[in-house]
Amino acid sequence: MKISKEEVLHVANLARLEIDDADVERFAGQIGTILDYVDTLKQVDTAGVAATSHAITLTNAFREDEETGHLDPQTALANAPEKDEGAFVVPKVI
Amino acid sequence: MKLHELTIQQASGLLQNKEISSRELTRAVLDRIEAVDARIGAYLTVDAEGAMAQAEAADQRLAAGNAVPLTGIPLGIKDLLCTRGLRTTCASRILENFIPPYDATVITRLKAADAVLVGKLNMDEFAMGSTTEHSGFQVTRNPWNLDCIPGGSSGGSAAAVAADMCLGALGSDTGGSIRQPASHCGVVGIKPTYGRVSRYGLVAFASSLDQVGPLGKSVTDCAILLDAIAGHDPKDSTSVPEPVPDFSDIATDGLAGVVVGIPREYSTAQGLDPQVGRAIEAAVKTIESLGARCVEVSLPHTDRAVAAYYVIAPSEASSNLARYDGVKYGFRDKTQSDLMQMYRSTRSQGFGPEVQRRIIIGTYALSAGYYDAYYGKASQIRTLIRNDFTTAFESCDAILSPVAPTPAYPIGETLDDPLTMYLSDIFTLSANLAGIPGISVPCGFSDAGLPIGLQIMGRHFNEAMLFRIARQFEGEAGINERKPPL
Repeated sequence: MKISKEEVLHVANLARLEIDDADVERFAGQIGTILDYVDTLKQVDTAGVAATSHAITLTNAFREDEETGHLDPQTALANAPEKDEGAFVVPKVI
Repeated sequence: MKLHELTIQQASGLLQNKEISSRELTRAVLDRIEAVDARIGAYLTVDAEGAMAQAEAADQRLAAGNAVPLTGIPLGIKDLLCTRGLRTTCASRILENFIPPYDATVITRLKAADAVLVGKLNMDEFAMGSTTEHSGFQVTRNPWNLDCIPGGSSGGSAAAVAADMCLGALGSDTGGSIRQPASHCGVVGIKPTYGRVSRYGLVAFASSLDQVGPLGKSVTDCAILLDAIAGHDPKDSTSVPEPVPDFSDIATDGLAGVVVGIPREYSTAQGLDPQVGRAIEAAVKTIESLGARCVEVSLPHTDRAVAAYYVIAPSEASSNLARYDGVKYGFRDKTQSDLMQMYRSTRSQGFGPEVQRRIIIGTYALSAGYYDAYYGKASQIRTLIRNDFTTAFESCDAILSPVAPTPAYPIGETLDDPLTMYLSDIFTLSANLAGIPGISVPCGFSDAGLPIGLQIMGRHFNEAMLFRIARQFEGEAGINERKPPL
């Protein structure tokens, strides 16, 4: 299955990635090869087979609805690339 | 024997008998790192000061006479487990300066057991890779042959244990990332049952497959480490409230009455090196000679496992890695004044090529119109693979197989050929899809002197059976007494 350069750029944009022109062609080739391989899954008859979100039988993990500890604002902001007055700073959006 | 060459079991005995101190032992490990790691590149961060302080505290507990098996034992930690106050990078430029404000549950448990955490170990970036060449910082080399890969993604953990730069280590296994590097470096590594060990504080790659586990110089050492980290954790909603037996109290009986299964499909697997095939055949004979009975079993969906895995893992990765946006932590491209461009530029500069490739595959598989054809289909095939194992375990107690189709190969060989690298996970990733435990135990050497590992897989939560077989085999084979020529 071929994946076009335009599709690679479209999906990269959805994933918030920027790909150099030089890399688009290489990625398109490699991803096309991988998708060709993955497409072999279509040959398997899965009619009536339930999907699993993981392999262990475990449903719901309840806990008491009690207040627990949380990070104080200073600690939560400690790794921020840019912060000001107790908030994360981002480029202007309006 | 030099102190850094001790196993955990040996060192623990000497510490508790006051024949050595944790300070001496930790100093010996730090000196070993100083002497050999420039050639291997296993550590990303060495916390010498912190380790010596922990050793001092461990010595006090030893003096007070209330020590546990890990008290004072120097360990290395894969750099994707959060360590409070100690840099945790996931071997990615995007987390280069991240200092976690909390400990992963497994780290909390190791600290409670008075272990000494020496430093953080290299890996493929965000655990994506099978060679440890995909680190954002450095390539780790195989201690048995410095021109070869150590395996991955826990390549730093396996290399550090093999080269005596720690007495044991933690890794994580999403598709074989503990077992395959353990095999390539000639050490023991176990991926526990999914849900057996808390994933809280493990930086997520593919949440439905990731599992933390130990690597050690012996089967008993891995059991001691798993004893310390296993068990239910309310902070992880996929952690299973299942009783944890004492793994280090492994039965020393022979294997009489144990039935091991040999999967028909594995003997015809593409790309199986004859040297690996012969080593596995010899290991199976040894296990039979110890009293086990062999039966043939079938895992009919084996040939679909790699394809299912390489839909599920990248899809979950693309979702998990959306959090790296340059806002809350990690690297940010500060030259951008537009928010969207800041996201794109930050992520493109912060993530390496293998991570970007998998994010794109995952985003494609989850995008509108493709979800059912890819992620939905792969999740159904996961069910079929799990059912294959359930059926096989009706006629056996454990399944034997190679860990990797070949011994470690030269650095650079699969860098431009990701599919070939992915196919090298054929024997390990089914266990992640099925959620079952698997152990890698050294079983021989190639003609070139590179280690070969035997994989033993078992039923959900039956790690004890794996330890029992692996320990009996290890005692008989004596493979892990040989050391790399450093």
